Amino acid sequence: MVMQASVATPPRVGQHEIVRTRRRKTLLGRIVQHRVLLLMCLPAIAFFVVFSYAPMPGAWIAFTNFNYRDGIFGSPFVGLRNFEFLIKSGQLWLLTKNTILYNVAFIVLGNILQIALAIMLNEIRSKYFKKISQAVMFLPYFISVVLIGVIAFNLLNYDTGALNALIEQTGGDPIKIYSIAGAWPIIIVLFQLWQSTGYGSIVYFAAIMGIDNSLFEAAAIDGASAWQRIRYIILPSLKPTFIILLLFALGGIMQGNFGLFWNLVGNNAALFQTTDIIETSVYRMIISQNNFTSSTAVGLYQSLFGFAAVMLCNWIVRRINEDYALF
Amino acid sequence: MSHVVAAKGPRKVRADRSDYLLRGSSYLTVTAFAAFCALPFILIVSASFSSESAIMREGFGLLPKDFTFAAYEYIFRAPRQIIGSYVVTVVMTVAGTSLGLFIIAMTGYALQRKDFPFRNQISFFIYFTTLFSAGLAPTYIWISRYLGLRGNYLAVFLPLLMTPWLIILMKNFMRTVPYEIVESGKVDGAGDFRIFFRLVLPMMKPALATIGLFLALGYWNEWYLSSLYLGSTVEFKPLQYHLYNIINTANALRNSVAGSNVSITELPSNTLKMASAVVATGPIVLLYPFVQKYFVSGITVGAVKG
Repeated sequence: MVMQASVATPPRVGQHEIVRTRRRKTLLGRIVQHRVLLLMCLPAIAFFVVFSYAPMPGAWIAFTNFNYRDGIFGSPFVGLRNFEFLIKSGQLWLLTKNTILYNVAFIVLGNILQIALAIMLNEIRSKYFKKISQAVMFLPYFISVVLIGVIAFNLLNYDTGALNALIEQTGGDPIKIYSIAGAWPIIIVLFQLWQSTGYGSIVYFAAIMGIDNSLFEAAAIDGASAWQRIRYIILPSLKPTFIILLLFALGGIMQGNFGLFWNLVGNNAALFQTTDIIETSVYRMIISQNNFTSSTAVGLYQSLFGFAAVMLCNWIVRRINEDYALF
Repeated sequence: MSHVVAAKGPRKVRADRSDYLLRGSSYLTVTAFAAFCALPFILIVSASFSSESAIMREGFGLLPKDFTFAAYEYIFRAPRQIIGSYVVTVVMTVAGTSLGLFIIAMTGYALQRKDFPFRNQISFFIYFTTLFSAGLAPTYIWISRYLGLRGNYLAVFLPLLMTPWLIILMKNFMRTVPYEIVESGKVDGAGDFRIFFRLVLPMMKPALATIGLFLALGYWNEWYLSSLYLGSTVEFKPLQYHLYNIINTANALRNSVAGSNVSITELPSNTLKMASAVVATGPIVLLYPFVQKYFVSGITVGAVKG
């Protein structure tokens, strides 16, 4: 539907444009002519100016020894010293490593599970069953991350946690999960999958629904098994969707899911080695240490590398299929 | 490949068996995964109806222990805090969703008009903010110091009004409006805004529902901006931030139920936390079955292209 509409309109618009540009050519003229449409965009433009563009010059703090009294541009310039400190202390490397490794785990496991789930949902014939099970699987996506913190507390706390209750019932000794750093990568990945797998499977499910039915009919006549149907029809037709989603996810590889990490780990320093990502570290620097120089430096580093990652991935997408490129 | 299989024997039976196997395991796996998704909700609801002493003795479990409403009674004995938080969140959600939706719809409409010469520049201007951002620290200083919004609900309300992604999504939805509609409006002498408001908007109900839902969810689930800009400066915190404090600080838990005249040790803190979670999450879960389909359309249209 979307495609049809955009294909159908251009010729008409083309004529329109020729007539208009012949009449008025100057920028001012065009502004006056389209003042209403411009005005309609104005609130959104103002919004992004105020909340996205205006703070950008503040990134200069990364190169200063910032203090409130002198302000952003009055504070002493220190060059790259803030970055030097972050690199030498090993913090920048730890944060980068954690952020990227978590994202890789989320992307790989998330996509595998989403595809598997979509294929299985497609096999289910009972409409009623499909509706109910989908509703339950989407539910985690709806709730706030604060509730994830509550769930973790319910499951994992030492004194009354459901997991330790179960361990004690079966005669084991309770575990202090909140002080075992090695356990948390698994816990965090599980919570992420819990929250996003059901919802994420919709895209793949829609792609399977879009497969030409005659392919399945032909396969049935040839006596293809269920496995062959998946292997030779479904998986190949999911490939473009998968590649595009993968590349976009890779574009965001430097961005962490702050809410999830913060509500699961928070200020628990015993776990930082395995759980601290860029966002949580920056948040802590601001909220509990009032450290604006390091946090700005880390943020700028993240923005620049994130920008490079998106550009690279978009370039690759463009080479595969121009229609899917973001710009 | 299929040839080999066909040659091997009674193909119908063969194919059927693998089909049934796949279907059977699909039912099993989907059920298991749905149970995995539902489990934490059951744990929390059960815990909220348990007695504190049973929880202290046996720990949390799947079923309520010594079924009781005690935790809810505690919350609603002095309901000032929770009601205040509800009012703040509901007002923000309703006002923010309506205002955001209006602005996003206007922008999305203008940006898909093929005869609007500035559409590419403005689209890029909006889209660029997803590629590069100032980072949290400069934004924090800008909003709290230069805009002076620390301790002001506007610091939470305004940034949630729109996202580039929602504008792109709206633009994609708006593309489904045939240009003939716009033209017929023009022929009748209607201005651009009138065409948008009278002709286009009424056709866009599914889009408005979908995007409105994402906005509403953003407001309802908000705790992050509150933690940055409100902290403890306001008496009534947005609901999820209120819950966040109850979970993470003993004082907030005490203040949430009876002011400071109860000692922390007397409180049924475990079950109270769970009951607070149910109270803060309840409405969104109850509303959810009615709005589910709009989320599906949102993600499928959004996935088509930006």
